[in-house]
Amino acid sequence: MRRVMWILLSNPLSVIGLLLVGTVIFSAVFADFIAPFPSHRGAVVDFSNFNQPPHWPNIFGTDLVGRDLFSRILFAYRISLMLGVVVLAIAVPIGVTVGLAAGYLGGWVEFALMRLTDVFLSIPPLVLAMSVMGLLEPTLTNGMLAVTTMWWPWYARLVYNITRSESQEGYVLAAEIIGASRLHIMFREILPNCVPSIVTKMTLDLGFVILIASSLSFLGLGVQAPTPDLGSMVAEGGNYLPDSWWLTVFPSLAILIAVFGFNLLGDALRQILGGDT
Amino acid sequence: MSRSEIMNAPVLEARNVSKTFVTGSHEVKALDTLNLSASKGECLAIVGESGSGKTTFANMLLGIYPPTTGEFFLDGMLLPARRNLVLRRTIQLVQQNPLSSLNPRRTVGASLRLALDVHSIGDRPGRSLRVGALLEEVGLPAEYAQRYPSALSGGQRQRIAIARALACEPEILVLDEPTSALDVLVQARVLRLLDELRHRRNLTYVFISHDLAVVRNIADCVAVFERGKLVEQARTQNLFSNPAHAYTRSLISAIPIVTDEEDELRRTMMEPRHAH
Repeated sequence: MRRVMWILLSNPLSVIGLLLVGTVIFSAVFADFIAPFPSHRGAVVDFSNFNQPPHWPNIFGTDLVGRDLFSRILFAYRISLMLGVVVLAIAVPIGVTVGLAAGYLGGWVEFALMRLTDVFLSIPPLVLAMSVMGLLEPTLTNGMLAVTTMWWPWYARLVYNITRSESQEGYVLAAEIIGASRLHIMFREILPNCVPSIVTKMTLDLGFVILIASSLSFLGLGVQAPTPDLGSMVAEGGNYLPDSWWLTVFPSLAILIAVFGFNLLGDALRQILGGDT
Repeated sequence: MSRSEIMNAPVLEARNVSKTFVTGSHEVKALDTLNLSASKGECLAIVGESGSGKTTFANMLLGIYPPTTGEFFLDGMLLPARRNLVLRRTIQLVQQNPLSSLNPRRTVGASLRLALDVHSIGDRPGRSLRVGALLEEVGLPAEYAQRYPSALSGGQRQRIAIARALACEPEILVLDEPTSALDVLVQARVLRLLDELRHRRNLTYVFISHDLAVVRNIADCVAVFERGKLVEQARTQNLFSNPAHAYTRSLISAIPIVTDEEDELRRTMMEPRHAH
């Protein structure tokens, strides 16, 4: 762990990634204390101060009903990050279990699970998420559900490939000869060897989940008003370009920072941990 | 049954064992009606070129796949194709490459403990002590339980692999080229360890090798495989002094001698094993 930190800090790109990710997480966790107008995350209206360019104390300007954009972006980070964490917390265990079972057990289990995975992978992600959201009501919970349905197959595929090659290793044969259970071999022997790749992919994916969630709400299928969301902010502000540029530029930059940060960090981890994502 | 008959009763017997692999319409006969036996406490070496069926034999003995025809007998009892835990425990394996046979992400202690946990050997608190004892039995300090395989040398790793096989308290140990991934000096030490363990624990070895110099040093009895057939089985002394089969003669004459240094080492290794 200490070695990983040291290598991370010796590479300028990963330091930038670490800083960006740190900023995003910090603002999400402490939004209540950092935000100058914490109440503006909800349905607040201030028509005396609406659609203003950046000025003190609204450093990112105000939106169409006079809410502080900076405060809303901080709270939007909180939602995005929570969404990313929840999606991965559900998708990763499912995908990992499917991949381990298919890769180690083989036979009809492998056939059934991997064809199912292929079916999910063959549908364009945004289309799948849109159809789930269209079928159900567009709420935050359903948004997470939609993104989760399209996310687990990638982990199944990743872990399946690693498991296939690890199963050929002598330590798996050794455990079989000793008489260890299949569950033990899958989760205690093979899984630890998949962890570096999984961790790397999770870091990269936090950025992508935020991006996909933003795309969904950009299309009007994600988080609903008045909850602040980066995607819907960009969509709303797009109607008032170029005059009210701050409505679009600051939320877009916020997305950029999050996605870019997680990508840099993920790439750095991939090099250090040697995962094959 | 007389006393000598009991002592020489085979602990392990293969009767008419053959194996045919079928891939599509293609059939490969890997082993052809093989009869072989090993007595308790004996080291039976199986030699032959690669592709002669040595590993196929070992895999069937370990129950990895069943023979096409024929049976294996352990202490006169039929070994079924599907083995229960007790039978698995009796026949253990030491693989050729200790780098691959030890999980790089688990400590040595965890790898050794697995066998104790699976077979419920000893009580829970006593198992860590047992892990330490196993390490000491193969000539390593008990603290090595905390280490990962990457922090060990090739010879040390192979000692761990041997300790893991012993943890199951087996009767029969299948050694699949256990020293061929090691350099010559380490090889000699590991062989000496194996020899000591066999006598201390009264183990029966099935020692698979293509290295006749090693076999001469450790085996009591040698079976020579050629293209899936057993061509000769004899006591080690007789085999080397008076090989009956032409194939055996060609294997013996093919023992390579490269440098003076290795020649010297070979000669010490090829000296008949001292009496115990």
